[in-house]
Amino acid sequence: MSEMTYLEAISDGLREEMRRDESVFCLGEDIGQFGGAFKVTAGFIEEFGADRVLDTPLAENLIIGAATGAAIEGMKPVCEMQFADFISCGFDQLVNVAAKMHYRQGVAVPMVVRLPSGGGFSGGPFHSQNPEAWFLQAPGLKVVAPSSAADAKGLISAAIRDPNPVCFLEHKGLYRHVRGEVPEGEYVVPIGEAQVVREGEELSVIAYGSAVPLAIEAAEQLDESIEVLDLRSLSPLDTDAILATARKTGKVLVAHEATQSCGMGGEVAALISEHCFEDLDAPVRRLTAPDVPIPFSPPLEQRILPQLDDMKEVCRELIAY
Amino acid sequence: MKLENASVAREPSREAEPDTGELLTRRDRSLLLRYMLLMRLSEERGLTLYRQGKVPGSFYDGCGQEAISVGAAFVLAPQDRACILHRDLGAHFVRGVTPDRYLANYMGRSGGVTGGKDGNVHFGDRELGCVGMVSMLPDMALVATGQALAFKMRGEPRVALTFFGEGSTANGQWHEAMNFAGLHRLPVVFVLENNRFAYSTPNDLEYAVDPVERARGYGFPGVAVDGNDVEAVFDATRQAADRAREGEGPTLIEAHTMRMHGHGAHDDMSYVPPELFEEWKQRDPIERYTRILAEHHGFSRDELDAIRSECEREVADAAEKALASPMPDPDTAAEGVYADRFEPLGDGHAPWSRWAEGGKPHGNGRFRPADAKEAA
Repeated sequence: MSEMTYLEAISDGLREEMRRDESVFCLGEDIGQFGGAFKVTAGFIEEFGADRVLDTPLAENLIIGAATGAAIEGMKPVCEMQFADFISCGFDQLVNVAAKMHYRQGVAVPMVVRLPSGGGFSGGPFHSQNPEAWFLQAPGLKVVAPSSAADAKGLISAAIRDPNPVCFLEHKGLYRHVRGEVPEGEYVVPIGEAQVVREGEELSVIAYGSAVPLAIEAAEQLDESIEVLDLRSLSPLDTDAILATARKTGKVLVAHEATQSCGMGGEVAALISEHCFEDLDAPVRRLTAPDVPIPFSPPLEQRILPQLDDMKEVCRELIAY
Repeated sequence: MKLENASVAREPSREAEPDTGELLTRRDRSLLLRYMLLMRLSEERGLTLYRQGKVPGSFYDGCGQEAISVGAAFVLAPQDRACILHRDLGAHFVRGVTPDRYLANYMGRSGGVTGGKDGNVHFGDRELGCVGMVSMLPDMALVATGQALAFKMRGEPRVALTFFGEGSTANGQWHEAMNFAGLHRLPVVFVLENNRFAYSTPNDLEYAVDPVERARGYGFPGVAVDGNDVEAVFDATRQAADRAREGEGPTLIEAHTMRMHGHGAHDDMSYVPPELFEEWKQRDPIERYTRILAEHHGFSRDELDAIRSECEREVADAAEKALASPMPDPDTAAEGVYADRFEPLGDGHAPWSRWAEGGKPHGNGRFRPADAKEAA
């Protein structure tokens, strides 16, 4: 084990997979000599060469479309969207070509799309979005969103080894703020498995990405018996783990940074109401961003993104219910 | 260093000069006619099935454009790959799909290439190295570019071929594909079928400059060719594929033709001036090639009739087989959304005599399966 940041853990996982398998290559904007906008691929070009750390023109449909073509020919491309927001420019290739390829003609598309997502740093409406719900409406895509350094490494490795297109949401707010012990060498966390990251009896907070450290901190500060379930994978979803924690505590808060309507929170709440209605002691609550673009100015952005005090308040309300 | 950027345009756009003398054997020529006929007759049969109410959705064909998909696909070696579009049924047949699977696909039967998952010509047989199109155009230009990227990265002398219409050249993805393919000199052949209309929109509302002229701006040649002359299409594609295999990069071939039917069977084409149909009827690719085979290549009337009647019989049998194919089990509707393992594409049929001889050069001897590493 060695301690590293969430960002270093992504790099570490990527590097391990590239060393292990020659068909793995990265492509994206400014990822070569420059090492990527967030430096995830810093130093890669020296180790793997410019072919495997391929700088592309500013063309997201090209990145996704060419990756799809290379993937069906046996390569394992890892695309970097410079910001998750820019996937809108490559969306057609992702949801129409890559996602449907196996269903329509039995052709597997083993590729990863890395998506630096999330706000909290005055990135404004085009550098702060959490677009996961877009992908959840596109059957054929897998979607993962780690919150810890170890999972960041384990899930990037799993995503690369998966024979399907995998959207890997890496929250920019976690990049350098989350540190943790990460296993050395090859390390794979299976896609589709949630993890209880804090045990509790009174309330379950079901979260992913940046909402997980927020939930843990709220639970610690409140000093209540709050369970925190880190979903880790959004598609496929670990329904068993969701229902188990709901049945255990009878009270559920679903938390995420993405906007509310038709989001992951609504999906999890629906699952719980369908399967655990008799086990509930309170209505399932959601803590999310409202249905608003992410504003630029700090006081506006802070009002929109879920904050620690918001998390504590909803937890208190649910425990008191 | 395998990938090396092209920094300057090297060749201007040019007219293709057919040079097929020694490249095509008598059997090759009979096959070119056969595949075009198979396409025409299969599509005619499909249209009848549509009119009989046996085809859900609408019906799309490539009537009048047979020379393009057949002439281009005939060039491909087994390990080459093709992303095939909806006017290009002939390419599927050249690569080994049989007409019964095409007709069954149109009818949504289990025996169709997609087993009912997708309709009409939205299919590619994985085992024959073909990738089916999506409706968004020209998405497959980028997929073919990515296949070519894989070939070049691994130093394999293989070619990715794809088709699109002139309508597609207005979309931004077309530019993304051309730019990247030119930048890295990828072994991809882009066949542009200019059939005069994007659905109902005529050429003069589509572009200011003929798209073939743009190739030069991307650093590779654009070649204009008579799209109703199967040997001209074959030859332009052969030269482009050889160029690609030698590491010299992509080619844009613009095949001029005319879409003789509507965008789909629901389209009455009232927007097409009747004299345009008359003009292009005179240039029908199948009648024209039949005449050429008789006049220049010593095919007898009996031989030519026999090719046609064999195709008619094959299509009639195919229709029976397709009609006998059951509808898919509804329980299969949710299957196959995700892959549980990767399986590579298989190789396609390669009926051109060059490949029967193990890929040895003949004719003008230009073919040389150069290692892309050396070529770059």
